[in-house]
Amino acid sequence: MRLRLASLALAGIMAAAPAMAELVVTSLSYRTGAYAANGIPVADGFADYLTLLNERDGGIGGVPIKMIECETGYNTEKGVECYEATKGEGALVYSPLSTGITYQLIPKASADGIPVHSMGYGRTSAANGKVFEWIFNYPATYWDGASIAIKHILDLNGGDIKGKKIALVYHNSAYGKEPIRTLEELAKKHGYELSLLPVDHPGQEQKSQWLQIRREKPDYVLMWGWGVMNQVAIQEAANIRFPMENFIGVWWSGSENDTLPAGAGADGYKALALANPGSDYPIYADLKKYVYDAGKAAGAGDQIGYVLYNRGMYQALLTTEAIRKAQEIHGTKDITPAMMRDGMEALNITQDRMGELGLPDFGPAFEVSCENHGGSGVAKIQQWDANAKTWNLITDWIAADRSVVDPLIEEDSMAYAKENNIQLRCN
Amino acid sequence: MPDQLLYAMEVTLNGLMAGVLYALVALGFVLIFKASGIFNYAQGVMALFAALTLVGIMDGQVPFAVLINAVFGTEIHNFGWEVPAILAIFLTLLVMCALAWCVQKFVMRHLVNQEPIILFMATIGLAYFLEGFGDLMWGADIKKLDVGLPQGLNDTIDQVTYGWFGYGFFIDNLDIFATVIAAILVIGLTIFSQYSKQGRALRAVADDHQAALSVGISLNYIWVLVWSIAGFVALVAGIMWGTKSGVQFSLSLIALKALPVLMLGGFTSIPGAIVGGLIIGVGEKLFEFLIGPMVGGATENWFAYVLALLFLVFRPQGLFGEKIIERV
Repeated sequence: MRLRLASLALAGIMAAAPAMAELVVTSLSYRTGAYAANGIPVADGFADYLTLLNERDGGIGGVPIKMIECETGYNTEKGVECYEATKGEGALVYSPLSTGITYQLIPKASADGIPVHSMGYGRTSAANGKVFEWIFNYPATYWDGASIAIKHILDLNGGDIKGKKIALVYHNSAYGKEPIRTLEELAKKHGYELSLLPVDHPGQEQKSQWLQIRREKPDYVLMWGWGVMNQVAIQEAANIRFPMENFIGVWWSGSENDTLPAGAGADGYKALALANPGSDYPIYADLKKYVYDAGKAAGAGDQIGYVLYNRGMYQALLTTEAIRKAQEIHGTKDITPAMMRDGMEALNITQDRMGELGLPDFGPAFEVSCENHGGSGVAKIQQWDANAKTWNLITDWIAADRSVVDPLIEEDSMAYAKENNIQLRCN
Repeated sequence: MPDQLLYAMEVTLNGLMAGVLYALVALGFVLIFKASGIFNYAQGVMALFAALTLVGIMDGQVPFAVLINAVFGTEIHNFGWEVPAILAIFLTLLVMCALAWCVQKFVMRHLVNQEPIILFMATIGLAYFLEGFGDLMWGADIKKLDVGLPQGLNDTIDQVTYGWFGYGFFIDNLDIFATVIAAILVIGLTIFSQYSKQGRALRAVADDHQAALSVGISLNYIWVLVWSIAGFVALVAGIMWGTKSGVQFSLSLIALKALPVLMLGGFTSIPGAIVGGLIIGVGEKLFEFLIGPMVGGATENWFAYVLALLFLVFRPQGLFGEKIIERV
């Protein structure tokens, strides 16, 4: 009886005590299904970075981070379910890891007042902060990516690609179709001939597309693929003996998962890089000490330093830096989603800061503002070395052609604002 | 010869080769449906599971390593040896036979005399179970599968056709190999079902379960046998498709490519699966070549189903399917 009374008293005290503050961050991941092999390293990198901050620093500003992971299976409906199921937990920000899910969350999250960060994916014109108050896609967008790929081709050809033939092999989805408009505009400007080759989900069979490439002999092939589509495309390119150094993928078509299955055939393949590959950074010593060796790693440890693991880690870094900024702006450790949005909008990533975080020169320096939610719009080009099984960076940061990309963003976002009766902000 | 005609010939040849790969997947469906009337939704996942197991054995991967490490706090991932492809294929076959036995023992045996839709639902459950089990056993990362199959442009065909037409045809060595394997498989399965005791028993069960039981044929044995053969066919399909793209979980989606083949060829005919595969392969590739550019491309997935539906209008049982006559 005494024990029961004591338990009741303890329960009463616990119920009366204020809830311990936590910074709730969601991870809409996919560890199952057709795209699991790509979803797992991203989710692991994201989780490991947050674990590091909790273990080493006690969270951010002394407030622990609570990560809620929800399995989407890269399925848009499930992603929306995840959003609805977790938003009541006090989520500060959503990173949907899918363009399809991002498109669905844009109106929902905007109405709910919760920021969405689609890092290097999602709706490109969301970079216009005057229209998309709650949506961010820094540090670069698909349209930046398309422009950067063309700039690289321009560099290779002494600035003149008039009459060249460029083919785009793309996932036949909202994601894959994103760069088309930009590439068409760039074709008008630079005089190249663009051909479009859609590949249906999942992309296991691409014989028609690659026979066409073999017949038409484009000078360069760009790829906007994901999952098995990437591996098959690289293998088919090797099969028809397309020069791999002229085959350039977006950052979602440039991981070890994409190149390893093709073996030596993938040698020379290029892809855009949002951040650097590899594990030669001071932060990895901390990750080893506080996360991997402590048995708190999210994965099996075989993806560490791989492109997609680093991508997940970078996503977590940008999220936590925005939280830190929000705490600083509002002078409170326990922030709300609205404060988080302010933090994201005032984010200023400098190379000094990246160095302090243990990732010197890992990603670009950039600033976010009320008007610009898309960041600096730069990327590097990396090339696959099949012998060493590593990606090597072959350029410095390349900036997108703003004279082409910005008017497109303006046009598309304004049309969205008109359709949805959105009042422009940042005046 | 006009260029367009040459390209069409090249596309047709490649369509035939692609059709063989579709037929390889469809064969597994046909075998099980013919013997037991079950539409095995798990056939695509069986191909995935077989390929995962093959790569896991070849690479000396420790099965259930993640689970073992989580429970015992160990850090084991690999045995440290590599198994030759032939031996690994044989061991994988044993695993697929064990799987067939388990499916019969723990699932199908308890559903005898149930409605076909119940059996179909059971195979949906089996597909999801097997996908999760494969993930737990071998992990979800993409694995390179190299059993020594040739891949890439066939130089001889390229040079010969260039000599004839002034344009070298592209034929993938892997596709040629797949065609040979499929031919051997069909001949082998036909000989097995026509001339072996087990094959005749299998056909007897397919014709009439109760009559077969009354003459002493064990239904359990036949079903284990047919699921084992379907497992073998899944392994062959898994090797061919896994070599193309690496072994990964999207392999299970190759079943989607087999469905129009089955609709067209009939669910009960092995030659039907092959002919259906060839028609679908050529049809979708030629449509993509001729009409695709006018409608924005990416027509293959839906056109295969449209083609199958067109055939169904005239032959509801498929080209080679058995005509169903129900007396009122």
